[in-house]
Amino acid sequence: MQEGAFAGVPKEVVYAIAMVLAALVVLSVFVAPLAGVTSWLERRVWARMQSRVGPNRVGPQGILQWLADGIKNIMKEDIIPAAADQKLFPLAPYVVFMGFLCAFVVIPFGENLIVADLNIGILYLLAVTSLVVVGILMAGWASNNKWSLLGGMRSAAQIVSYEIPAGLSVLTIVFLAGTLSMQGIIKAQGWGPWDWFIFHNPFTFCAFFLFFTAALAEGNRTPFDIPEAESELVAGYVTEYSGMRFLFFFFAEWGNLYVIGAVATTLFMGGWQVPPIFDNYPALKGIAQFVTFFLKAYFWVFVAMWIRATLPRVRVDQLMALCWKYMVPLSFICLLGTIGFMFMDDQARRIFSAITLGFAIATIINFFRRVGFQFRAAKPEAYWKPQI
Amino acid sequence: MSDNAADTGFYAEEMTINVGPQHPSTHGVLRFVVKTDGEMINEAIPDVGYLHRSIEKIGEKVTYHGYVPYTDRADYLAAMFANQAFCMAAEKLGNTEVARRGEFCRAIACELNRIASHLISVGTFGQDIGAMTPFVHALRERESINNLMEEICGARLTYNYIRIGGVGYDIVPSTMTKIAEFLDHFEPIVEEFNRLLSGNKIFIERLAGVAVVSKEDALSYNLVGPNLRGSGIKWDIRRDIPYSVYPELDFEVPVGTAEVGSLGDSFDRFWVRIREMQESVKILRQCMKMIPRGPAISKVPKKFRPPAGEYYARVEAPRGDMGFYVVSDGSEYPYRVRIRTGSYTAMSIIDKLSKGIMVADLIALIGSLDVDAPEIDR
Repeated sequence: MQEGAFAGVPKEVVYAIAMVLAALVVLSVFVAPLAGVTSWLERRVWARMQSRVGPNRVGPQGILQWLADGIKNIMKEDIIPAAADQKLFPLAPYVVFMGFLCAFVVIPFGENLIVADLNIGILYLLAVTSLVVVGILMAGWASNNKWSLLGGMRSAAQIVSYEIPAGLSVLTIVFLAGTLSMQGIIKAQGWGPWDWFIFHNPFTFCAFFLFFTAALAEGNRTPFDIPEAESELVAGYVTEYSGMRFLFFFFAEWGNLYVIGAVATTLFMGGWQVPPIFDNYPALKGIAQFVTFFLKAYFWVFVAMWIRATLPRVRVDQLMALCWKYMVPLSFICLLGTIGFMFMDDQARRIFSAITLGFAIATIINFFRRVGFQFRAAKPEAYWKPQI
Repeated sequence: MSDNAADTGFYAEEMTINVGPQHPSTHGVLRFVVKTDGEMINEAIPDVGYLHRSIEKIGEKVTYHGYVPYTDRADYLAAMFANQAFCMAAEKLGNTEVARRGEFCRAIACELNRIASHLISVGTFGQDIGAMTPFVHALRERESINNLMEEICGARLTYNYIRIGGVGYDIVPSTMTKIAEFLDHFEPIVEEFNRLLSGNKIFIERLAGVAVVSKEDALSYNLVGPNLRGSGIKWDIRRDIPYSVYPELDFEVPVGTAEVGSLGDSFDRFWVRIREMQESVKILRQCMKMIPRGPAISKVPKKFRPPAGEYYARVEAPRGDMGFYVVSDGSEYPYRVRIRTGSYTAMSIIDKLSKGIMVADLIALIGSLDVDAPEIDR
């Protein structure tokens, strides 16, 4: 730092520039492709479930479709309606985008692969993802469009309400792990399903589903996609947006999908924990951790896509009733129950853990039997060819 | 000191929203002027006329034969029924015999078309509620029906198949086999559709008890077809004012049974349509068994000049009672053609039902009434 090109520049400025550059690199080589590929995957998965083909032209299997869409949207004219708020309208997409992007700071992709292992990691995550609602409300109000306004108001009510069950479910895990740090929570779990917090006791098992449902609602996903319900509100808060600004909203939505999966994985499913056989190969271990985490998170992304392809949308009053009448009390019960379990001795806890795991396996087997029944009964004309 | 709105600085006012003419779930170009208080609707006034093509006036300017293709456009989702209603009126005016095989061909084509139209209806209804997959599945099945229609009459949407005196083309045996194959394939698909959509908890919760049409309302607002039957009134033109070959066929008239909510709610109307598709399958199977040999169309003069008179023919279209009132003055051209369609009257009840429901329910209501813009405006 004393000589060379940076001579005379204060150390802090150099660090700041380095951080911005690093952020740019992370943004362009990881987050953007991640959100893009998720959008492609969703369209593809969705198409197959609807016996369609989906995008398959750009690149192998259409995997570069998101790039084509992005380029198209950048080239489009940037329209700001004359009646819209000239300052807030252009700003809103960036607020939404920032809210989702900041979440990536604390997502632990591996033991050493984390931007910043904040000691308040999960709290930070809950806080910055709330920035999305500010952006959506801003977009809804600034558009000066009645549909946008309705969408924005719905979104604000929905996200603020569902923060509570989500936060309480997270708190359940925080109590168990005794830390708010993302890495700390993962380190408190093991690599096998029996060491995951989801199977720790029946209450955490319930808390997981409460968390996932609430997270879907916070991410505006079906069946809680009422802020942008296209059959009711045209396009909700994005009605007036076009081009790249429009894309930013959806970029954030698909990116958020991955964040939901990643947080669910971190809190409940053991995060990046890999079997101890990798201990002797440090390089391999890093890769295995990343792959494990990525696949676990993507599994929940896939589940969210599946839900979106299956379920209709709830009405706004039903949505609120679901949150306040059922999910909030249930998540309180989960919290209290887990506290009770923390006083239980280890031997008894292990038994409950085994029972929960057995119940979960039985549920999964039953689930797949039912899926199999649907397949046999329906004789679907789905394309079984993986490549088309 | 008065504490009215202006003094306190807080005031609430109704928000007037235009739903349509370009809106994803107005099924064509409908417009509603909706006055809302937040999410609750105080008033929804339907505004029609965006798809007016003066089909009735055109009827006075073209010959009887030449008018048949125009009737297709009255309701392009169920073109066969308008064909049939007009041809029935013209045949009655001109005392024309209809070939018996032609009558069966009409019934087969009409029932296929009814399934296609109901598929669109229930599919888009699912989409209005937010389920995307059932819509695409319904459209996939409709595509097979369109293929069959293409084999029967060469067109996929506007058929111009039913002519005065019979049908344009006979249904050949190979097509019959294909129809039978389709029916075998289609019956389990309805079950699958029910498992996917009709039995869904969220779907039922959204529709049960929403926008209830009482029997009295249904009669006084002149609802017809599935909307009327959804309110529990057993009225079907095919059964009560028999025409064509329907008196010889054995089929049920499904009515609303308050399956999940109260009688006449949105779900009942939806459920009647699902069961009507199953009845149509039954009718098709019978028709294919009973169809006689012979010509598909009787001898009709090229210059069709019915004697002076008037006739009102009505058929049971997917959207209910469809009637063609044709007045002849003895010339080659009809003196007056008047079309009566089910969607038009269904629109009139929306104003009454929409008071006090939510914006999302209005969309469900429009979908459940299955209003169809081309049919409203003609």
